[in-house]
Amino acid sequence: MLAHFHQFFHQHLLSFAIWLPVLLGAILLATADENKPNAIRWFALFSGVLSFLVTIPLYVHFNFSEGGFQFTEAFSWIPAFNIYYRLGVDGLAVPLILLTSFTTVIVIISAWEVIENRVAQYMASFLIMSGLMIGVFSALDAILYYVFWEAMLIPMFLIIGIWGGPNRVYATIKFFLYTLLGSLLMLVAFIYLYLSTGSFDVTEFYKLPMALNVQIFVFLAFFAAFAVKIPMWPVHTWLPDAHVEAPTGGSVVLAAIALKLGGYSFLRFAMPIAPDAARYLSGFMITLSLIAIVYIALVALVQKDMKKLIAYSSISHMGFVTLGFFIFNNLGLEGAIVQMVSHGFISAAMFLSVGVLYDRMHSRQIESYGGVANTMPMFAAFAVLFAMANSGLPGTSGFVGEFMVILGAVQTNFWYAFLASFTLIFGAAYTLWMVKRVFYGEVANENVAALKDLNKREFLILAILAVLVLALGIYPQPLTDMTNATVTHLLSLFAQSKIAVGAGL
Amino acid sequence: MQNISYDLITALPEIIVVSMAMLILLADFFIKPANRIVLYILAQATLLAAVCATLMTYVPSVGYAFTNTFVDDSLADILKLMTYIGTALIFVYSRQYIQQRNMYRGEFYALVLFSVLGMMIMISGQSMLTLYIGLELLSLSLYALVALDRDNARATEAAMKYFVLGALASGMLLYGMSMIYGATGSLNIAEIQSTLMSQKANSVLILGLVFIVSGIAFKLGAVPFQMWVPDVYEGSPTAVTMLISSVPKFAAFAMVIRLLAQGLGTQAMVVEWQQMLIMMAVLSIIIGNITAIAQTNLKRMLAYSTISHVGFILFGVFSASMNGLSSAMFYVASYVLMTLAGFGMILLLSRKGFEADQLENLKGLNQRSPWYAFLLMIVMLSMMGFPFTVGFIAKFSVLQAAFQAGYMWLVVFAAIMACIGAFYYLRVVWYMYFEAPNDHNPIVAPLEMRVILSLNVIALIALGVMPEILLELCGFAITKSLS
Repeated sequence: MLAHFHQFFHQHLLSFAIWLPVLLGAILLATADENKPNAIRWFALFSGVLSFLVTIPLYVHFNFSEGGFQFTEAFSWIPAFNIYYRLGVDGLAVPLILLTSFTTVIVIISAWEVIENRVAQYMASFLIMSGLMIGVFSALDAILYYVFWEAMLIPMFLIIGIWGGPNRVYATIKFFLYTLLGSLLMLVAFIYLYLSTGSFDVTEFYKLPMALNVQIFVFLAFFAAFAVKIPMWPVHTWLPDAHVEAPTGGSVVLAAIALKLGGYSFLRFAMPIAPDAARYLSGFMITLSLIAIVYIALVALVQKDMKKLIAYSSISHMGFVTLGFFIFNNLGLEGAIVQMVSHGFISAAMFLSVGVLYDRMHSRQIESYGGVANTMPMFAAFAVLFAMANSGLPGTSGFVGEFMVILGAVQTNFWYAFLASFTLIFGAAYTLWMVKRVFYGEVANENVAALKDLNKREFLILAILAVLVLALGIYPQPLTDMTNATVTHLLSLFAQSKIAVGAGL
Repeated sequence: MQNISYDLITALPEIIVVSMAMLILLADFFIKPANRIVLYILAQATLLAAVCATLMTYVPSVGYAFTNTFVDDSLADILKLMTYIGTALIFVYSRQYIQQRNMYRGEFYALVLFSVLGMMIMISGQSMLTLYIGLELLSLSLYALVALDRDNARATEAAMKYFVLGALASGMLLYGMSMIYGATGSLNIAEIQSTLMSQKANSVLILGLVFIVSGIAFKLGAVPFQMWVPDVYEGSPTAVTMLISSVPKFAAFAMVIRLLAQGLGTQAMVVEWQQMLIMMAVLSIIIGNITAIAQTNLKRMLAYSTISHVGFILFGVFSASMNGLSSAMFYVASYVLMTLAGFGMILLLSRKGFEADQLENLKGLNQRSPWYAFLLMIVMLSMMGFPFTVGFIAKFSVLQAAFQAGYMWLVVFAAIMACIGAFYYLRVVWYMYFEAPNDHNPIVAPLEMRVILSLNVIALIALGVMPEILLELCGFAITKSLS
């Protein structure tokens, strides 16, 4: 009996990773008694940890030399449209899945006594969203992918709308509609690909020959969906609004995972399905990335709101990710993937740090603070570490990805690398300037003087993240080992030409 | 040679419904007001008997009765079954509401059953006259139902408006039919089709077609014949609005199939009506979605939402392929299921002397009842076309059919409009979840209504996750009746 279950579990690792948190979240919603918030919190923590443990075998049993999909599952779902429930992951998806399930645990702990209203709905939203995002990372059928991609909007919509700041309704509806518009155009592209191949199988899409103009249409449809999610300049405007209004947990998940969905999807869909268009439009994509890196960094410099500053910093860092994708070499792509994971840790840590301050002072304005290091020395140490990581200090994870992308960019065009490396200056400028104004100097006012340092719970989550940021910065090999074979495989997909025999529209 | 007993057996479900409707009218005289639950049970039993009769008389082949004016094919049977189920849900949801508003009488049930009879005759109409008679029976019952709450001035106004415009539309339809009759010499759908096979489109045919399409568009509520929809939806008692907006769409869809896809479904004619339907579909989606944003009344909002749904249904119809028509049928079925759940929620939140028909009334529903807020959220997401709900599969299937028929840019357009439409559905979620409640009255409803409403909404999810059965049923019905 147990052996059977063990075997079943190992054949359906991804399904467990997706549906376990969703199921536990649903149970929490159905059975929770709002008068016993502590029971809810412990159950949520238990669910989060269990869901995280379930994703660990994906790393342990991963075949590092394989570039294609592993842990695949497939069965027919809607035969009328040849839709399959088809899952599978490669070295790109697994780190992001682990990041997702890990971040969910962090978010649950971070909300412990901060969230007092409708605790069960809050915790359940994050659990359900975690499962749905893992679904996005592991779906290999376009409709299944689309279903997960859209479905995760609902919990996020509710999280921002229910527990968010004063302007939450505007922010959350903007977030929802921006994403939805892009997604619907992507759905049209999927319908085209389905009618051409007779299937929604992603690997069938990879093989479909298409003329260049068709590929460009398909690529742009995907671009509409993914560029909004990443977000790339100029469709980034929803992100600062969403971040500012979202509760801390919402910001953490948005920055650490939701943005990665866009980056991941470029590599999984847009680029291998329309490789010629991707190369044809690479100049355009690189330009947008460089604008994000340089211009958005300058925008970050003038922000007065800490969360807004980190939001702009995220956009700027995601510019590195897209730059790494579209220079089409090993170093760039691998750097981009490392950057995605690293940004997951760092942005989560930065938003949690702002959360620590906000919970005490109920202000996110930089000017409300000053000299916090005097009253919260332990917290200041962590915050400075994360700030350094955010500005790409060697020895932290922030350095590895950016350095690899810059090296990759040099191989393609010196000026790309030159412009991209500005971020090291601007990044340091806006982050360290914020740290200086918030943490150093005289104690600004009596509120700051009354601050209490980190409690055990806050210390725990910040310490875990600090260890991870340093570990990935000093020894990134476990991650790069995992992505090596996949990166080579992806580049071979991007390098193929599908024009020669492709049909016109 | 067909004999009278064959005719009667073929029309057995119709005979049951008409007899029971009259029985309920009679029984009303002998039943004390306190025991009117009997009428309700009789009405539900009628539908159950009709379900049994339809299933028992099912034959895979197509049967014609009453000298080829009445057809019994798979399409008719499946649409009738859907109509019965929808009507049964209406009876369940409306019972408490009509009790509280002095409409809990035999007339209500008899009139609803007569309208069901009208729908059934439309669904089985093989002659233009049968279709017309069915349509009139349906419409007249609905006019009376709208005005059933005699002392309600707004309902009376709505009934008047509905009656005048409906009569105009019926007139147009009849005029169109007379032209088609003049051009082909027949009222029979199959004969019209075979006559037209060898004919090119001429001006009489086209003029007839224009009038027929206008008549159908009026009944469906497609732009530019949508004016009556919001006013009638708002003015009618909600239980009647629920009826008007839901099951008659099955009959209207059957009329589309019989008249456009079968009778006028020859190549020369299809090209003509395709253009008209494309215009109507595009305008319906634009006007429906954009005007709905400006509404503060929930019933009016749902009226405009209906108009945009009709636009999407027409996307499937103008694709004019098996794929397109069966997608449209799937859309109609899921539309009816969503609409019933939506109005069911309004009825649930209403109570004696209070209509929960303003968006404001939904404020803070999550705090009053998380479960009902969740249910209404699912309904809204399904209407929006969100994955995991049946609304997504419906929109997806009509769009892929339109894409397959070569209307790529129209599909892109529809996708963008669907996003604009998402706003007003989201606004309902926003009011329920993000606002504080302004009404603290408990939500009271009979057990059977609460259970069935919950099941109805769960069905929206279940059919969104496992749509295969319904997809196959629709595909089967369309291929059987069109090949």
